This record gives sequence, C-alpha cells and structure tokens, in this order.
Amino acid sequence: MKILMRGNEAMAEAAIRAGCRCYFCYPITPQGELVEYMARHLPRHGGVFLQAESEVAAINMVYGAAAAGVRTMTSSSSPGISLKMEGISYLAGARLPAVIVNVMRAGPGLGNIAPAQGDYFQATKGGGHGDYRLIVLAPSTAQEAAELVMLAFDLSDRYRVPAMVLADGMLGQMMEPVELPEPIPPEKIPEKPWALTGAKGRSPNVVSSFDLDPYRFREVLRALWQTYREIERNEVRWEEYQVEDAELLLVAYGTMGRICRTVVRKARKEGLRVGLFRPITLWPFPYEPLRKLAEKIPVLLTVELSAGQMWEDVRLAVEGRAKTPFYGELGGVVPTPDEILSEVKKHVRD
Amino acid sequence: METGVIFAGFGGQGILLAGKILARAAMEKGFEVTWLPSYGPEMRGGTANCTVVIADEPVGSPIVDSPYVLVAMNGPSFARFLPRVARGGTVIANSSLISERKERPDVRVVWAPMNEIAQELGEPRCANMVGLGAAVKALGILPLEAVISAMEEELGARGREKLVEVNRQALLRGYALA
Amino acid sequence: MSVTEVKVPAGYVPVYTKPKSLSEARFTYCPGCHHGIITRLVAEAIDELGIQERTVGIAPVGCAVFLSDFFRCDFVQAAHGRACAVATGIKRANPDLIVFSYQGDGDLAAIGTAETVHAANRGENITVIFVNNQIYGMTGGEMAPTTLPGMRTVTTPEGRDVRTTGYPLRMSEMLAQLDGPSYITRQAVFDVRHVQMAKKAIIKAFKNQIEGKGFSLVEIVAACPTNLRVSPVEGNKWVVEQALKYFPLGDLKVRD
Repeated sequence: MKILMRGNEAMAEAAIRAGCRCYFCYPITPQGELVEYMARHLPRHGGVFLQAESEVAAINMVYGAAAAGVRTMTSSSSPGISLKMEGISYLAGARLPAVIVNVMRAGPGLGNIAPAQGDYFQATKGGGHGDYRLIVLAPSTAQEAAELVMLAFDLSDRYRVPAMVLADGMLGQMMEPVELPEPIPPEKIPEKPWALTGAKGRSPNVVSSFDLDPYRFREVLRALWQTYREIERNEVRWEEYQVEDAELLLVAYGTMGRICRTVVRKARKEGLRVGLFRPITLWPFPYEPLRKLAEKIPVLLTVELSAGQMWEDVRLAVEGRAKTPFYGELGGVVPTPDEILSEVKKHVRD
Repeated sequence: METGVIFAGFGGQGILLAGKILARAAMEKGFEVTWLPSYGPEMRGGTANCTVVIADEPVGSPIVDSPYVLVAMNGPSFARFLPRVARGGTVIANSSLISERKERPDVRVVWAPMNEIAQELGEPRCANMVGLGAAVKALGILPLEAVISAMEEELGARGREKLVEVNRQALLRGYALA
Repeated sequence: MSVTEVKVPAGYVPVYTKPKSLSEARFTYCPGCHHGIITRLVAEAIDELGIQERTVGIAPVGCAVFLSDFFRCDFVQAAHGRACAVATGIKRANPDLIVFSYQGDGDLAAIGTAETVHAANRGENITVIFVNNQIYGMTGGEMAPTTLPGMRTVTTPEGRDVRTTGYPLRMSEMLAQLDGPSYITRQAVFDVRHVQMAKKAIIKAFKNQIEGKGFSLVEIVAACPTNLRVSPVEGNKWVVEQALKYFPLGDLKVRD
C-alpha cells in the first residue's frame, strides 16, 4: 500500500523498521519532521528517543548506544553535521556501526535552509579527522530514501563502518507516495559479540580508537582499509537511464538526479540523445561503470547543487576519456529542467 | 502528462492541507505525484505555499516554474504568482481577500469569494476547500469524488471527522464555480 | 608489561591484594599521583558491590586515558569531554548495565561542561568519578578550569590571573543547584581517613545507580605532584593547604 509521506518521515519510519532502537538528535531545519516522527513513534516500538543538548552530545550518545550493541541513528542538516564530525571520526575509528542522516542545506556557515549538495566532500572525503571513510548513500526519492536508510543499517552492521544517508532539503520536505519496506525481524539483525554487554563469562570487551603504538595502530588501520576495499568491491550502486545510445551523459545524484531524469525525457523529445548516470553510493563511488561509459560517450555533464564536488570524482573516473563539463547552482537555488536542458544543448552537438 | 498546481496564501488558511488532499487524491488514482511546501520559519499569518505535481511518469522536479493552475487565497500570493502561471492556465483567485483584480489575457482567472462561501456554510476554515474544488475542475484530470474521499481520509487521520460534511459542501461549491 | 612476581613466604596471610576488577596491567600514573588511589577505589567499589560482570566504564582523554587497560570489565574510550554523553547512550541502550565515567577537570569541566551539566540535569542514572587536580597533566601541565588563582602552569607562567583567565570553576556546586542529580559530593584522598571516606562516597554513587536513583557524581580533589613540581608528600600538603580552600570537602547534594 502506498502512502503519502515526506522524505523526512519516510526515513524515520524506515529506521524504525530497520530495528533502530536508539535515536539521538538536536533540532535543525530542514530535517525537523524526522525528529518529530521519531519522537512520536520510536517510544511506541520500545525505542529510546532523546533530544540532546547539542549535535556533539547527540553523536556521542549514538557512539555509546552503538558500543552497547543496538541499532542507532542520528539525523541533522549541514551545520549540525559539521558538529557531529568529531563523533563520526570516533565511530569510524572504533569500528562502530551507526547511521547518520544529513538533510543538506546551503552553506557554508549558517547559509540558508534551501536544498543544496555542498556537503559531498564532507561526507565522502573525510569531514572528521583521520584516515577513514563513511558508506554514503544518496537517495533521489522518498521511496529510495526509505530503502537506503534500511540498507545503511545493514551495511553498517555488516562492515562495522558508519553509514551516512545524504539527502537534501527538497527530499526531506517533499511528500511522495511511498511503499514502505517490510520491517526487519529482530533475529535477522546480526549478533555483535564485540559489544559492551557486561563481561560475564567472557573476557572484557573494549571499544576504542586509541593506540599509542604506531605499528600496532597501523595494523588496526590496515584492517580497516581492507574492509573499505571489500566495500568498494561489493557495494557500489548506481542507476543508468537511457545510456545505450547517448551522446551526452548527465551525471547527477540525489535531488539533481531525479531532476535530470526529466531533462533526459525532455531532451529525447527534442531528438537529443541524452542519458543519465546517477550514483547511489557516493562512497564507494561508481568509478568503473562510469569509466566504461566514458569510453563510448563523448560528453559527461555533471550537474550538482554545488560549485562542483562530485565533479572531481567524475573526472577521476573519466581520466580524460571524454569531455567533462560542469553545471551547478549555488546557495540553495534549484535549477529547472529547462535550464539544465539549455546547458545540455551547449555541449550535445558542438 | 505532467502538470503543476500551486496553492498560496496566508499561513493558517489551510494551504498545505489543500495541496496534500489533492496529492493524495492523485496518488489514489494511480498518478505519480509530489507535494512540496515552502518551508522555513513561517508562522501563522505569514505566507505559505505548496506545489503539487501530478504526472503519469515519475516526477523529476517537484518545483514548478509555471503552474497550470494557481490557487491564490490572498492578495500578496496573487500578485506574486500570477505572472508565473502557464499560458492557457487557470487562476482560482480568492475575491474575498484580493482587492487589486489584475488579469492576464492568456490566463483564465476565476474569481471565487472563498471566505464568503465558507461563512455561508458556517465554517470559516473551509475556504481552502472552495479553492481546491475549483482547482480540481480547472485541472480536469481527477474526479471530484476522488478528492472528496482523500479529504475524508485526511480529516479522519487528524480526528476531524466532524468537519467532513462542511468541507464536502465547500468542495462542491468551489467545483461549481470554475 | 610484566609484573615482578613476589613469592609469598609460608604462613603469611595476604591482607592487601589487588581488587578482582583490576587487571594485571601496571598503572601509568606518576609517583604520588592521586589517580592511582582513586582508580583502585573504583575497582574496590565494583568488587564490593559484585557488579564487575555488568559494569561498563568510560575512559576519558587525559591521564586516565589508559583506564581500559587497568580494569577487568567492559570499557569504551570516549572523545575528550564527551563521556557523559557516551554514558547516556550506553545506559539508555541497556539500562541493566552499570555505567560509570572517570574524568579529569579538563575533560569534565572545560571541553565537556555541556555534556556534564545536561546529563546531570536529565538525572541520567550513571555514576561519574571526577578527578580535580587543577591542571592538565597528560598534555604537560597547562591551566585547567579548576587551576587556582596565582597558580603557575605552563600556560600561566606568571600564575593564573583571574582578570584574564577567570576563576576556578566549582563544578560540584554548580551541579548541586540542579534538580536532576541525586548525589553530588566532594572528597579527597590525601590521607587514610579521607581515602576511606572517598571510598564510601564512590560506593554510594554506584549504589544509587543500582537502585535507579539517578545521576551521582563524586569529585575528588587530587594532587599532581609532577606538574606542581613537588614531592608526593608536598602534593598532599598542597591539597590540604591550597586546593581545599577553593574546593571545600563534603556532600553538596544528597537526595534520598
């Protein structure tokens, strides 16, 4: 049965269905509905909802709950995510699974509450300190937002790597029909023998990212990076749309991805052979599939709600095999399909 | 087919609800649909608007530059959105609250005394349903019955079953106007 | 680290042994540092209450950063100042666990002030051990929020000037004003009598948690002879003659 839901609400409900039982937050627009939904619904499922005194506290509560072995999540929007970065680095270092939702708004600084994609670097290239990665999933519809939140919990548990769902204000605020995924039965959630449950009948468990011995710590990080390589092999996800005969390939994710779908349809109606490549995992980024397409499509036009962040990964994938122009909007302005189409026309037959 | 409707007015006029009911009706009828509010620090008495896109293919952008139908429930929204309405489109304008009656030669403007009708029905808060009823007629892609049942479900979900009948009347009155 | 084995001659009855909750690892605290006594007292309290198998400790950033090595119970390392938020997460996720944090003055009263105040104000059912030695020991003797006026540190080489760096923060007095906490007390360990009193307080703070009474904090005014550049004995004297003037001992809040 389809129900009309905001992206924010769909993500909250999906988290509950994924077995999230501890949610910690601090209010910020435009993800307020996610917080409100959790406040109303999570306690009814026996879960913990707690509004923390800050984003910093909220992510550290997530750290504690994750260490205790439960599925846990926090959500925020760009400025709040900046504050969470300390805790995210600790989660990554201590190999704790957790889900972080970023409903992006325009920055830097206080910026505004309109949709933007300026946190791509922060999400995929670090953000917090140290040598780590996050699994980063970018939904483009409320439906996909729900599905990717559930996937984020699964991947995070499987690899013991924190996962971020990177949405934006438009996706969070917008209502769409959603067919909610079935709840995950508690017995399907993986056992966590490393969790802090009290050292009864076993030796003590320690959750830590601390090791003063560089050689020993190097081994810890080598294991971590082996896991990252495994994720890169197994978990790359993307969507291709009308790429077979394309002369120009739009590359866009999230909200821009769905808008570019419309651009492809409009372009095709005008006889322009345009396709779309939409990364779903921003990390691991789909370098290989994009590289293959760049071997036969001469122009890859990246479109983002930023000054060009994913664009760098597109160019890394393409490595000069095709032209890689860029079109972006700044400050929370969302380009219309027609505006993007006229940009397409500049490149499609020149 | 992809068509956009903008509902605009004061906060507190039930703008977002009117849009949501339309979106829900379209969903029930099997259309692809998006509903996008203007979000932010908007309080009662401020401006509010939302955009509904109804299509038979997945909706790309939920933002609409040129709506096919505009429901303008107050003067400032009428002035702001009239220039953006698509050629050949329709504006449902609340004549109860709009004093400056601008027109456009390429757009049909339906003047609807939404507040007066709501007063007549004995429920001032149902002016938005008058506007929605007229919009449904102007759109011409959904039967009014679908919108009425979406309204019933919406109000039922909010525990406002008592208001269903008066809102149904308001939808009918609006539908007859356009 | 290997511990030299001491052969116990026949006929000797051991009267002072290592608490069961402590591991074989040697403490990394400096000679004369009060941390060693306090860490041991926490372990003794855990032993006496029989809660080792359901206790989770939270190690701070600071001189107690190696705490997880010393204890024989589950442990988590927290980011600097965030121990009370981490404790909140653990306790809320699994209320059957006994959760304690062990924090210094920089951790609890500077970078972690917000986390501490709000956990206390929520009445989180956790136990906080707060070691106030008026200095940042681990990083090399910088000014702490609790550094006394006129006290020389590496970042107040002329002595702490209250006109530019403020006054020693009396965290326990602040927290005692809140409705949330159950038990706030200030203790010391400079002599045997006070060690015994501090131990009683720590046991009470854990007992409160077992009984679901809510937030308990035991502040311990401690000496850091290394950074005071004095002998251990003079460190004890420093506590009595200097520190206690600003941080008087006693219970600040007891809710029964």
